[in-house]
Amino acid sequence: MTISIGSRTGPRAAGPPGPPAPRRRARTVLARWDVKFSPYLFVSPYYLLFFLFGLFPMGYTVWVAMHDWELLGAHEFIGFENFRLVLADPQFWNSVRNTLAMFVIATVPQLLLALVLANALNQRMRARTLVRMGVLVPMITSIAAVAIVFSQLFSRDFGLVNWVLGWFGPEHLDWAARRWTSWLAISVMVDWRWTGYNALIYLAAMQSIPRDLYEAAAIDGASRARQFWTITLPMLRPTIIFTAIVSTIGGFQLFTEPLLFGNGDMAGGSLRQFQTVTMYMFENAFRRFDYGYASAVSWMLFMLILAGSLLNFAWLRRVGGGAK
Amino acid sequence: MMIVRTPGRPRRRRGGSVAALWDAGPLTRVTLLATIVLSLFPIYWMFVVATRTNDVVGATPPPLTPGGELGRNLSRLFGNEQAHFTLGLVNSAIAASTVTVSTLLFASLAGFAFAKLRFRGRGALLLVMLATMMVPVQMGIIPLYMLMAEIGWTGKLQAVIVPFLVTGFGVFMMRQYTMQAVPDELIESARIDGCSTFRIYWSVVLPVLRPAMAVLGLFTFMQTWNEFIWPLAVLNPDNPTVQYSLNLLNGAYYTDYSLMFTGTAVATLPLLAVFVLFGRQIISGIMDGALKA
Repeated sequence: MTISIGSRTGPRAAGPPGPPAPRRRARTVLARWDVKFSPYLFVSPYYLLFFLFGLFPMGYTVWVAMHDWELLGAHEFIGFENFRLVLADPQFWNSVRNTLAMFVIATVPQLLLALVLANALNQRMRARTLVRMGVLVPMITSIAAVAIVFSQLFSRDFGLVNWVLGWFGPEHLDWAARRWTSWLAISVMVDWRWTGYNALIYLAAMQSIPRDLYEAAAIDGASRARQFWTITLPMLRPTIIFTAIVSTIGGFQLFTEPLLFGNGDMAGGSLRQFQTVTMYMFENAFRRFDYGYASAVSWMLFMLILAGSLLNFAWLRRVGGGAK
Repeated sequence: MMIVRTPGRPRRRRGGSVAALWDAGPLTRVTLLATIVLSLFPIYWMFVVATRTNDVVGATPPPLTPGGELGRNLSRLFGNEQAHFTLGLVNSAIAASTVTVSTLLFASLAGFAFAKLRFRGRGALLLVMLATMMVPVQMGIIPLYMLMAEIGWTGKLQAVIVPFLVTGFGVFMMRQYTMQAVPDELIESARIDGCSTFRIYWSVVLPVLRPAMAVLGLFTFMQTWNEFIWPLAVLNPDNPTVQYSLNLLNGAYYTDYSLMFTGTAVATLPLLAVFVLFGRQIISGIMDGALKA
């Protein structure tokens, strides 16, 4: 007679307790394996992908950066020569300067505006969700779309921005031609897309501040502005540090907005007036096909981001009164 | 008797200055109104130009209402020989859906393992993952491109799909949510009932994770749909994603704004629809602090 799975009849039911039946043993072994190995199986897809497409290429960049590695020809080992060349390259430093400037011009007003906006959103009002959606909607547009629309808005001859400015003065600004104006226009694109998102993050943090604090302060006669400075801001400090670091990482990688603002030109304008580090990296890799040099630039970018985040962190902790 | 609160309606104020503290004043209203107008205008402008001829761009004052040229612009857009716009839409739809489904599956599996299963090396693995999330994406672009060239994936759609099938961010978000949403007792009792680990995941954990998965899914789809740099680097002009295709509409000598804006509007429309339908979930997802990246 064949034994059916799950059959409970058999010698075991009647006989004295002995060693478990082989099927039962197989099941416990399976169950033990399941408990032991399933977790690894579950987390493995991430680590597999990360190893293949993250870690391996990253390590490879170090290797490539130490070679004279171009599209064609032999790959000659040259040690740190590429890094030395990058550090002495005025075009690289130009791109660093542009990136830093646009980072500051974009991020500082953006986070300040987000704070003001979050404070406004934190009031009692009708149609709350609708208002929040209205503030957040820029986030769903793609960077490419934003860059295309804003490049038109900022265009010299027929841009809406110049048209509005024309009410106050006759000059038609050529936004892309000059350093400062191009920085400003690109920063506006970045801020348009991200201010609402940061405002919602601040709003969430604001809502976790106990309201008793404000009520007590109001009873003591503190004005709203004073409450904002002495209660809201200190309580928001961790969130502000967080958004500043995220903005640093994002801001230092600025690429698509300036690229499309300059009609797809990786040099960032005729005088490289708005070429960012990432654009310079791309130019070296995909225009000059100098992979070794581009890899060195990408490591410099990483160092910059690391340094920027740490500086930000230290500075904001101190400004916030860094007791802890 | 008066304790019952109806959700969604503002509570009656308790009177006095303390309650008035939280009512939006005129300044607040003006600020918010201005913000919303500024937020919406570029999107509205995109649709205005998409419904008009290219001459409109030079008109003063600029027209602020839609015109009747949408049909002609659309046929010019889809008939454009350089941009391959239809193919771009299809490619993006395939890439975004695949990445979304696989991210949801793999992120929830790994998140569950990190949150609720005990295994050797769990802490170290988690730490490694968090560290990888700090590394800027663009650092990897050049070596990743070289890898793709090596294995012959440049110009092929899988190049924009496979490396992104699951992200550390997704895993981490799912772990955080699983930790607080799934009680340990639920898993233990399923275990005692003889469920396998996968069965526990499938029938106990997954149903609880649904709200967080909705948010992660929406964000992943949006991100993949909007991705620009990597497709630009690895794909070819004759097999683009939709964002790449937008870039191809930009002529070298002459900028046809109404054509480009039509493309931009069509590319934005699906996400706009998703946003209108699921805006509430997206907002609560951000506000819950789950989506800090």
